Amino acid sequence: MIHPLRVPDGMSRRHFMQHLASGAMTLPGLAFLSHLDAHAAEVRKNQKACILLWMSGGPPTIDIWDLKPGSKNGGDFHPIGTTGDFQISEHMPQSANVMKHLSIVRSMSTSEADHGRGRYFMHTGYIPNPTVVHPTFGSVVSYEVGTKRKDLEIPAFVSIGGPSMGPGFMGMMHSGFQVGSNGEIKDAKMRDLSSARFEQRQAMFKAVESDFIKSNRGQLSVDHEDVYKKATKLMTSRQMQAFKVDEEKPEVVAMYCGSGANAAGGRMGMGARNPFGMGCLMARRLVEVGVPFVEVDLGGWDLHQNVFTTLKTQRLPVLDQALAGLTTDLEQRGMLKDTTIVWMGEFGRTPRINQDTGRDHWATSWSVVIGGGGLRGGIAVGATDKDGLSCTTQSYLPGDIWATVAHSLGIPLDTVHTSKNGRPMKIANGGVPIKELIG
Amino acid sequence: MVQDATNRRVFAAWAATLATVSLILSSAVFPVILTGAEKETAAGDKAKGEKAKAATVKSAAASTSKGSKRKSRVEKAESSLGEAVGAADEAIKLSETVYSTGYEGPARELIESINKEVRQGWIDNGVRPSEPADDTEWVRRVHLDIVGHIPDLEAVQKFIADKDKAKRAKLIDRLLDDDTGYVRNFTTIWTNLLIGRSTPRDVSRSALQKFLREGFGKNRGWNEIVTDLLTAEGDNDQNGAANFLLSHLNEGAVPATAISARLFLGMQVQCTQCHNHPFNDWKQNAFWEFNSFFKQARRQEVRKYNEKTGRMDIDHLELGRMDFGGPVYFERRNGVMEVAYPRFNGVDVAPEADTNRRQELAKIITTGSRTQVADAMVNRMWGHFFGYGFTKPVDDMGVVPPSHPALLELVSTAFVESKYDLKQLIRWICNSEAYNLTSRFNAKNAKSKQDNPAAGEMPLFSHLYLKSLSAEQLYDSLIVATNAHKSKSGSWEQAEQTRQKWMQQFVKTFGTDENDEATSFEGTIPQALMMMNGELIQNALSDAKGTLLYDVLSGKASPAEKVKELYLATLSRAPSTREIQTANRILRTASSPLEAFQDLYWALLNSNEFIINH
Repeated sequence: MIHPLRVPDGMSRRHFMQHLASGAMTLPGLAFLSHLDAHAAEVRKNQKACILLWMSGGPPTIDIWDLKPGSKNGGDFHPIGTTGDFQISEHMPQSANVMKHLSIVRSMSTSEADHGRGRYFMHTGYIPNPTVVHPTFGSVVSYEVGTKRKDLEIPAFVSIGGPSMGPGFMGMMHSGFQVGSNGEIKDAKMRDLSSARFEQRQAMFKAVESDFIKSNRGQLSVDHEDVYKKATKLMTSRQMQAFKVDEEKPEVVAMYCGSGANAAGGRMGMGARNPFGMGCLMARRLVEVGVPFVEVDLGGWDLHQNVFTTLKTQRLPVLDQALAGLTTDLEQRGMLKDTTIVWMGEFGRTPRINQDTGRDHWATSWSVVIGGGGLRGGIAVGATDKDGLSCTTQSYLPGDIWATVAHSLGIPLDTVHTSKNGRPMKIANGGVPIKELIG
Repeated sequence: MVQDATNRRVFAAWAATLATVSLILSSAVFPVILTGAEKETAAGDKAKGEKAKAATVKSAAASTSKGSKRKSRVEKAESSLGEAVGAADEAIKLSETVYSTGYEGPARELIESINKEVRQGWIDNGVRPSEPADDTEWVRRVHLDIVGHIPDLEAVQKFIADKDKAKRAKLIDRLLDDDTGYVRNFTTIWTNLLIGRSTPRDVSRSALQKFLREGFGKNRGWNEIVTDLLTAEGDNDQNGAANFLLSHLNEGAVPATAISARLFLGMQVQCTQCHNHPFNDWKQNAFWEFNSFFKQARRQEVRKYNEKTGRMDIDHLELGRMDFGGPVYFERRNGVMEVAYPRFNGVDVAPEADTNRRQELAKIITTGSRTQVADAMVNRMWGHFFGYGFTKPVDDMGVVPPSHPALLELVSTAFVESKYDLKQLIRWICNSEAYNLTSRFNAKNAKSKQDNPAAGEMPLFSHLYLKSLSAEQLYDSLIVATNAHKSKSGSWEQAEQTRQKWMQQFVKTFGTDENDEATSFEGTIPQALMMMNGELIQNALSDAKGTLLYDVLSGKASPAEKVKELYLATLSRAPSTREIQTANRILRTASSPLEAFQDLYWALLNSNEFIINH
């Protein structure tokens, strides 16, 4: 399907591209893009990607994926059967139907129970360290996979609805491109400008920009030029269409958000199109045009109070519909085998229920969900004891999850990056792919 | 030279600690998180760890043995583990003339001592400092740092033309006395630090800002401001200081405990609520002892009948004091419950309900000739002006020893002696030699192993480090660049609200109970798009009456002079020959002079040189 060309007012796309090619923000190969479109669409179909569903605040996995019926820590919810070989919460009925595609890692043990530290550890695979800023895994994928996709004109790492984490020593080139779940991108259109004037601006820009870089001042000045190149490329790209999630057909939206009286966000006053559901839908559209890493944020899990009511009426309906919708949609489009889905937060929550009927921070024994991308679905890896207080099998670190994702994406596990102070850093902190999932 | 040896040993300790910390981080200290397979080989790993440590030092030495200065630093790290350090093996000769801003005030000796300490670091590490910054580079920097925006055209022209030898020292004084600039800048910075960029619900940002404005405006001692923030009580509209704690009293005041330690004491202790800190002295009980000082603080919502909604709506908040006495309880990782009584740095406070715990805490932390409150502020202020403090990050001083302990002690004790005088502190820093150097590297400090803290090295302050403009600095600089600061006559609050609204597009909260947030601003694509196509830039490019572009274009100057004026107004410097040639070409070929100047101006505003404080 050919989308209308998106060009700055007053000039054709081809014309604009010619000027781009001669300007400071020259982009190799861009001018030939239209010839490659047909072929690229074919290639993209098999392109590998990862969608991270980030549960900001720390989700109570003991109430969702690893229930403890009969224990004093069990809480209000009952387990139900799934299409996989395990049970999950009764408030995840839609997802129960797709669990044959997804697996649960029930023995995460991650040591960091502070929001900031946990967020860092889970996103990067590394414990915070005062001498190095590690890249979030989306930035690693942008660096390893994104840079090889020459026909990708939009950022290779998109973060929907949340800030994710920084690119660390990968540099600003590989930072997550933040966008709201409505897909609106502010100021992405050039105002009335002829190509001659665009060229004038480029010439002046280049004169100042390159002199400052040459004046020997450091990395920030170089990063600036790189980010401008990316921003300019994005402004004229037809791949921007992927962000226009509002244009999706109602029946597709309904897969992710429910519809009518069953709309997942309905009870929370979000209407038929809740932000997380729409974010997941946008993630699928982005993966379709070749983006290798998308993070979608769902917040509100920091449930120190009223954990059961909030889960039942607010968080789980939204999560359940979106996770089921995303998995089903990817499967129906033939994309699930190449797209790895990871569901996680910064930590789990205490098995013990506190005096406010809440659960506090807990990193000792909790669950992460992972599937698609050729990984084995429908199994539970690892286990916790009957009260959920500790892992009874081998436990896993975030690096093991990211190593599993790296395996799915085809990034060699012996890949080593070098931090700015010259220290070698193993990909995923030297984690090992979980053998039950890749076997 | 005792001094010399002390410094060298300290530098060595810094290097050694870094190595140790990273080793610890990567393996041994968290046995609980080892996976099953790893557990079996844990003992073996430990042995490997030792080997790895040796190998690291060895390879570091090998990779840098090409006659670089790094070699001596590695050797220092090694020798510090054994006996005392010997004499300098490689000396660097510094120019005898120390750069002076012409400052002649009572702090002259102190500034000389600061210069001496910084120079010692250069000598010890064989680093040659960069040249002093020229006036154009410096005038832009000092404006951005003290008043939070670039200097306007007039200010730049005046400063360059000024022949006074003491003009830098005098400009520093003028900027510090500039109530709209200095006060607004530090009010912005501290509002963001204290309650974040997205205001927590029912908290009054404007009342907190009013409190800070008065504090910075009257130049109240930092100890007094900290005391007010920690001890505030009452109506949050009337007592603006109350809004700080009111923003963090949820979760049994755990967030209040963590942020107070971080901002006022320079310690990140949030992880010690669950376990002992792996690297600093804070044990889990210390966290809860500190926490117990906040246990009497109570957030109350005062409701009032609202005629419009017909409901009892929240009118304002009250920060109250509860009759709380006795200990707080916390849970060890092994599930054992323990108690913690109010106690800080070995000083116990009576746990009875009639003790005002927050007042006691404020007293303890601000008493003495060397206080953690002073250390934390000096470190943060140094970091504000240089881009790096003596520790990284500036608010985590407990993990790695400071890069310049003697310098920190010198400035911190002087700060206490000055009764925590913030303007004095800024004056010392801005009049120091190091702050007056250029941001350009030279051959003797450029390499990542020499003086490049962006690459993880210890800062030596032998050249100015680049800093990204904060969102507020950029916004205010664009206002200056459009001349809007001259015409707008609205109130402080109105201007603040407009800026605050613009800011929100770059702020994202994490959705936790701790009000933490991130900005997607510095160096990102959304920022580039805003700069290329956004409304602020459109306004800047307008030739309507009253804009800078209008003023420049309607003036009588020659086209070449006009180009120069645009350069001075944005980059605070004149164009280079090459830039003049490019500008002339555009002026010749453009369909109208206005368009040519607009495009030139666009390019200047979008350049790296504009958006980086150098």
